[in-house]
Amino acid sequence: MAQTYNPAARRIRRANPIAGLRVAITGGTSGLGLALVREFGACGARVAFVARDRALVERIATATGACGIVGDIARKEDTHAIAMQIVGLLGGLDVLINNASSLGPVPLRPLGDTDCEDLELALATNLVGPFRLTKALLGALAASAREGRGAVVLNVSSDAAINAYPGWGAYGASKAALHHLSRIWQEEFATQGVHFLSLDPGDMDTPLHALAVPDADRATLKRPETAARELIAAATVALAGRSGRQRSHVGADAGVETAAAPG
Amino acid sequence: MIAAREPQQRAPDARLLVIEADGSLTHAARVGLVDFLHRGDLVIANDAATLPASLHGVHLPTGAAIEVRLAGRLAHGATELRRCIAIVFGSGDFRTRTEERPLPPALASGDRLALGPLTAVIERTLEHPRLIALRFDGSSTEVWAGLARHGRPIQYAHMRLPLALWDVWTPIAGPPVAFEPPSAGFALDWQLLAALRNRGIGFATLTHAAGISSTGDADLDRRLPFHEPYLIPVSTARAIHRTRVRGGRIVAIGTTVVRALEHAASLGAGVRPGAGFADQRIGAGTKLRVVDAVLSGTHEPGSSHYDLLRAFADDATLREASAALDAHRYRTHEFGDSMLVVRCEQRIACWCPSADRAAA
Repeated sequence: MAQTYNPAARRIRRANPIAGLRVAITGGTSGLGLALVREFGACGARVAFVARDRALVERIATATGACGIVGDIARKEDTHAIAMQIVGLLGGLDVLINNASSLGPVPLRPLGDTDCEDLELALATNLVGPFRLTKALLGALAASAREGRGAVVLNVSSDAAINAYPGWGAYGASKAALHHLSRIWQEEFATQGVHFLSLDPGDMDTPLHALAVPDADRATLKRPETAARELIAAATVALAGRSGRQRSHVGADAGVETAAAPG
Repeated sequence: MIAAREPQQRAPDARLLVIEADGSLTHAARVGLVDFLHRGDLVIANDAATLPASLHGVHLPTGAAIEVRLAGRLAHGATELRRCIAIVFGSGDFRTRTEERPLPPALASGDRLALGPLTAVIERTLEHPRLIALRFDGSSTEVWAGLARHGRPIQYAHMRLPLALWDVWTPIAGPPVAFEPPSAGFALDWQLLAALRNRGIGFATLTHAAGISSTGDADLDRRLPFHEPYLIPVSTARAIHRTRVRGGRIVAIGTTVVRALEHAASLGAGVRPGAGFADQRIGAGTKLRVVDAVLSGTHEPGSSHYDLLRAFADDATLREASAALDAHRYRTHEFGDSMLVVRCEQRIACWCPSADRAAA
């Protein structure tokens, strides 16, 4: 069991709020997730990440030094196995980032042409999976808050959660639901000291974006490393208990809002 | 009492038998637990999550099918699970009562075991044909991954269906260090925690690696509970100190919390934060130093859990309570009804605020 009292670690933490943080990231082998694994690691956090592809998980774990966990957040049977490995390997949890996302059917298509099964899969990955994993980790997060370390759940959102883009039905509806879920979690858990953020990282140059918009001009897209640094800054603010209920903007083009703010 | 056979942690009709300090008994609905607590009390729960500690596999020297149940830790550290005490059964599964499970083949130190994706070696045998110290091969990450894939929660013959991991995690489960669920915590949910807060009742946690509670083997059961590592956060030790200074009561959720707190206070200088190994037995002769009341399941006389309640209430009161549990058909076992036992005597051990200041 991890020691909870370590004055030296506390002094370091004051200087670098990321050092020693215990962070779990889903979808950690590509795009924004991989950038978050690298950026948190570079700042001295202890990181565990989750992804489905065993070979890729092992490769990223070796390359980054983070703990790699093989699992599919869309599968109920994997939830507690993933949660157990996260808390077992890190000895606790301060930050959970629900980043893994499914676009729904690719290429994108109108809702009228979307199979029910494809909508269900998008909901399983983008809404129900994050709900289940968060629920399984609430105990660890609330313990971290009680011990004065702070606790943050960051759900990666999208402007498609707010705006009705034709063709983005499965993705947009599931992300809208996740955004609302985050806001309600935030209302319910504020007294427990667990903060919920729903943040839109903006349009990034990632495999997911390439799937959705194959002919996008990549030069106009944000680098995932930039978005990762913005999300880390927002999580750090929330951890320090300074997460206001006001709308805040991080980055020129990324509308970033706290979960408590109406969309 | 009747066995609770469904894995429902918070049955809407769950009941609570309250044994007050004067020995009087009150029957209540468990959803009304908060009504029996007072403003200024501090509720302390065990936030250990339960490991999938049952591993089916093969004893490689003989090729015999075995079931290994991880049962205790040899070291502190939630992240270190490679060395464990384990109980080994012969072939069969949970549908056979443990009392009737065959012995494993003769086990010797150095024997290798294949347990799904995991392999392990018997480091030594522990003076019983079922009891060993084992060491898993591979890195810590590999052991966690193997347990996650292949392990199942320890099962009970009285359950109708096999338990999944989510059945045995309490709502507040955090560090995966328990071998069997700290099941008194099944009564907690986030609404209850909010109700505590609204009524000015504190809530804190500790982590206690609850070991196996019974093996079905009388010789082994006499050795239970094994020494169990625990960790008391600084914030919890401080909350206890504040509560005691203000005259509030310490309410333990489960026997593991009693064990950890009383062990941590055994040096007499308040509850010391940090890690320890609970190695004491609590029973009729134990003078409680910290805990004023315990929420627990309904236990049969003779079990180690029942023995622990004898530190809270005298035998006549407990006999009366047992008769009431039977007469009113309370449900027993992990998913059963609950008892809240308030200590009958004043604290005997001296509580000295100046000595306790170190914890604050």
